[in-house]
Amino acid sequence: MIPAPFAYARPTTVDEAVQAIAEGGEDVKVMAGGQSLIPVMRLRLAAPETVVDLGRVAELRGVRDDGDAIVIGAMTTHAQVLADPLVRQHAPLVAAATETVADRQTRHRGTFGGALAHADPAGDLPACALALDAELVVAGLGGRRTVPAAEFFVDYLTTALEEGEILVEVRIPKLPGEWGMHYEKFQRVAQAWSIVAVAAAVRREDGHIAEARIGLTNMGPTPLRATATEAALAGADATVEAVAAAAGHAAEGTSPSSDLNAQADYRQHLAQVLTRRAVLRAAGL
Amino acid sequence: MTVTEDRAATGAPEKEVGKPRRRKEDARLITGRTLWTDNLVLPGLLHMSVVRSPVAHARITGIDVSAAQQAPGVLAVLTGRDLADEQGSLPCAWPVTPDMVNPGAPAVAVDQVNHVGEAVAVVVARSRAAAADALELVDVDYEPLPPVLDMEAALAEGADLVHPGTASNRSYHWVFDGGEAGTAADTEQAFADAEVVVSRRFVQQRLIPAFMEPRSVVVQPQGDNYTVWSATQVPHILRLMLSMVTGIPEHKVKVIAPDVGGGFGGKLQVTPEEVLTLLAARRVGRPVKWTETRSESLMSAHHGRDQIQYIDIAADREGNVKGLRCRILADMGAYLRLITPGVPVLGAFMFIGIYKFPAYRFECDGVFTTKTPTDAYRGAGRPEATFAIERIMDELAVELGMDPLEVRRKNWIRAEEFPFTTAAGLEYDSGDYEAATQKALELIGYDELRAEQRRRRESGDPVQLGIGFSTFTEMCGIAPSRVLGSLSYGAGGWEQASIRMLPTGKVEVVTGTSPHGQGHETAWSQIVADQLGVPFEDVEVLHGDTAVSARGLDTYGSRSLVVGGVAVVKAAEKVVAKARRVAAHLLEASEDDLDFAGGSFSVRGTPGTSVSIQEVSLACFTSHNFPEGMEPSIDAEATFDPENFSFPHGTHICAAEVDTETGRVTIRKYACVDDIGEIVNPLIVEGQVHGGLAQGIAQALYEEAVYDADGNLTTGTFVDYLVPSAADLPHFDTGNTVSPALANPLGAKGVGEAGTIASTPAVVNAALDAVRHLGVTDIRMPLTPERVWRALQGGGDGGDRATAGTTAYGGAQTETTAGVSTPQSSLGGDR
Repeated sequence: MIPAPFAYARPTTVDEAVQAIAEGGEDVKVMAGGQSLIPVMRLRLAAPETVVDLGRVAELRGVRDDGDAIVIGAMTTHAQVLADPLVRQHAPLVAAATETVADRQTRHRGTFGGALAHADPAGDLPACALALDAELVVAGLGGRRTVPAAEFFVDYLTTALEEGEILVEVRIPKLPGEWGMHYEKFQRVAQAWSIVAVAAAVRREDGHIAEARIGLTNMGPTPLRATATEAALAGADATVEAVAAAAGHAAEGTSPSSDLNAQADYRQHLAQVLTRRAVLRAAGL
Repeated sequence: MTVTEDRAATGAPEKEVGKPRRRKEDARLITGRTLWTDNLVLPGLLHMSVVRSPVAHARITGIDVSAAQQAPGVLAVLTGRDLADEQGSLPCAWPVTPDMVNPGAPAVAVDQVNHVGEAVAVVVARSRAAAADALELVDVDYEPLPPVLDMEAALAEGADLVHPGTASNRSYHWVFDGGEAGTAADTEQAFADAEVVVSRRFVQQRLIPAFMEPRSVVVQPQGDNYTVWSATQVPHILRLMLSMVTGIPEHKVKVIAPDVGGGFGGKLQVTPEEVLTLLAARRVGRPVKWTETRSESLMSAHHGRDQIQYIDIAADREGNVKGLRCRILADMGAYLRLITPGVPVLGAFMFIGIYKFPAYRFECDGVFTTKTPTDAYRGAGRPEATFAIERIMDELAVELGMDPLEVRRKNWIRAEEFPFTTAAGLEYDSGDYEAATQKALELIGYDELRAEQRRRRESGDPVQLGIGFSTFTEMCGIAPSRVLGSLSYGAGGWEQASIRMLPTGKVEVVTGTSPHGQGHETAWSQIVADQLGVPFEDVEVLHGDTAVSARGLDTYGSRSLVVGGVAVVKAAEKVVAKARRVAAHLLEASEDDLDFAGGSFSVRGTPGTSVSIQEVSLACFTSHNFPEGMEPSIDAEATFDPENFSFPHGTHICAAEVDTETGRVTIRKYACVDDIGEIVNPLIVEGQVHGGLAQGIAQALYEEAVYDADGNLTTGTFVDYLVPSAADLPHFDTGNTVSPALANPLGAKGVGEAGTIASTPAVVNAALDAVRHLGVTDIRMPLTPERVWRALQGGGDGGDRATAGTTAYGGAQTETTAGVSTPQSSLGGDR
């Protein structure tokens, strides 16, 4: 469990970081909390030429209020996200999902931005970012740009980050109106990755469900929105029956993998059950 | 439970045995501020790494080590060919039948590899990193052979052979027939006459011991002597076997097991790496260390369980059992290791459990496959047996429409019938199954749970409740020696202890057992404190170094207290007898007139005249005033070989919820009452029961070593091999009844494996009880949510799991530590 030799850079600003990546050679890996990168390096599944460690880039840490959105710095640890009052107030879905990430030790090292940029389909935070229509701010040598979550997750472990770019911060819009949120995770032991999980945000109005946003974890190579269920819920009665009927569409358009924990058909079944449970909880039913 | 650390102020010393003493060794163990093997640093220490086979079955057609040899810091690269003449074969100490086929087990493969993870070469370098880097430069050519993975297919006519030159993949066929042995009636006749026969096929999945401290070995050559430090359970056995394997004379090898971080049977082994580290150190003439990575551990340290069990039970319509017939296929893996073939044989006598079967027959085939060798894992044979009998008793109850507890009660040995000789020929010493069961029923709140189960069924609740029993017994001690001899085991079952009385009155206890987490230092101190009347704190327990503890048979099979602890008692009795003679001399009294109590000898009827054992000890040291003709020593040693095994028993009850929508099984309540005879330290017992339950529950619900169709271990990291933590386990309600063991003066029975042996069938029976009314008759272990869901959907036992690992770490779990890169490993994006 000893990684292959690599060069190491530890910048202190975003500009330095981008520069270090540019100068790092052919194969550069950017390290945030290191909770996924270090294991693959120790297993020698990855042997980068250079590791650029963002751990000292102070400007990437913290959560701030930006008017119509909250902004979570990419290097904010899961533990900091959990403790943050802005997150609790405006993005309780993120807090709920973060609480289920791995174990306490991992949550103290792993970062919000690292989890999104790693884009593990079994990771819990990408589906939340997608459901909340987050925007991801990335920086490269050519400056900064903003990518909507819907365009950020491209494929298995692949994002819209171009070579040389790093994720800087994540803008999560404050949703107007009364929203209930819930993250329903299904795993076999406490610290494990999700087999399937559902991120649900529901706005109720006058006994109806006005709007529902549902993100699916591990139902394909990228996080997905359960669009058919969202459509079925829009304007639906806030009843157990209506939610159950809508949740029956949750697996439409998904292409989950088959592995030790679950074969694809079982994952599709789980997606429906967990979507029903998540929406009911989020809707307070 | 309260922890009492102070002596009562009553004057008379409080009895130590029975106190929930906190473990005196824990502070150093849990802080790591102690000598774990990997912490050891010696002048000139070199590091060894192991090139391992990435394929299950292949001929080695070439190995190019030139690049590795030239890598920075590398001193030597040794292949199987290089070591072929000196490595011998790893030992198998249990030839269970005279015609058992043992093709030999090389420490490093020479011509052929037979499982993924088998050693192919070793690199010795100046640093651990250099050794790891050079591994990747060793180029091995493999000519693939077909993997042999399925035991039933492996025994079929014309099956591909694991080992060339063998007639089949069957290593042995071992039979115990109660009719032939004269211990029971004829089994075939019993089945022919039976009113009811129930037959089932159970699968004991393959498990990985997953001890906390990875294995580690350091070998220091000094002239023609070798000192071996190893994270082993069995330093004494290792010393003997290393000598036999390598030809280095026994008196030139010293083995030290320093503090060892768990084993669960997984370190009851003479490992390839122990031999290789020794051979490498001899080659280079310098100390060499090898410490495994977790990946190496999971794929190459021996595995456990892995049986297919065909169980037939015969009974009459009233539920009286008439016969039991067991046919077992036991997966040996690729090689026979230390006691690989004996593990199922250890279970053979336990399939009848606590029941009065008039007829019994057991037969077992040991089968070679191209998987990691199996060997002892907590319970070793007895969990497999207990699972089979406790599951089939439930199946019989279902067949007869009877309550599962009622069927058990009808057939179990009653308290007044002990000692009881079973159909397997064992004499169970003592027990009270009814008392333990009553207590367990009260602990769990049985009637309320049954009422809730009815409510949930009636309302069609998506979460159903079930209750499962396991009324188990097991055999502990792995002794007496003559019984082991009759089973062709290669060693005895005695244990030794010695006691040294120091001039200051402090006491050193040397034990031949080898603790690796059990708390012997505390328990042995309690025993000696009572025996000698010295303070608990004044006792130091020495173990694990063959130069200190010259004779011993080490720790496994719940034997340490019931054999080794008794040896301590016997040694203490000898110390007291010698001290009595000295005290009589000092007090100018007759030995017969002396009383020994609270650590002091006093003259009966003469108050005020006494001499303490510490004063006697000092008198020995000075020897100024000593009995004529007596050696100036009251030290003593004793070797104890019990007359019989001991037979702990207990009743475990599990209440499990099954979420019928997702298939998830959640343990709602768990209660167990274990009868382990007299208890030396209730806190240690509680800990052993909790840990044992965790491992037994893990077999039922979580753990499984899975191989893919090519013979790769899919569950090669803890991402996919799921070891539960405290967060995944319920509260345990534990209790005890006490039926003292008859075969030893402590009256103790052994508790190291009880929780593991008992709990697995209780959990599975509970889950099945929750969903039987929905048409489910069996679910294969582990009861993953998917398997339970599939069983609920379509019947069957839940079927095979997909063998792909999870995608975590880019599919890292199927890679060997040689560091093969895959397309998935060039991961996109940041992380």
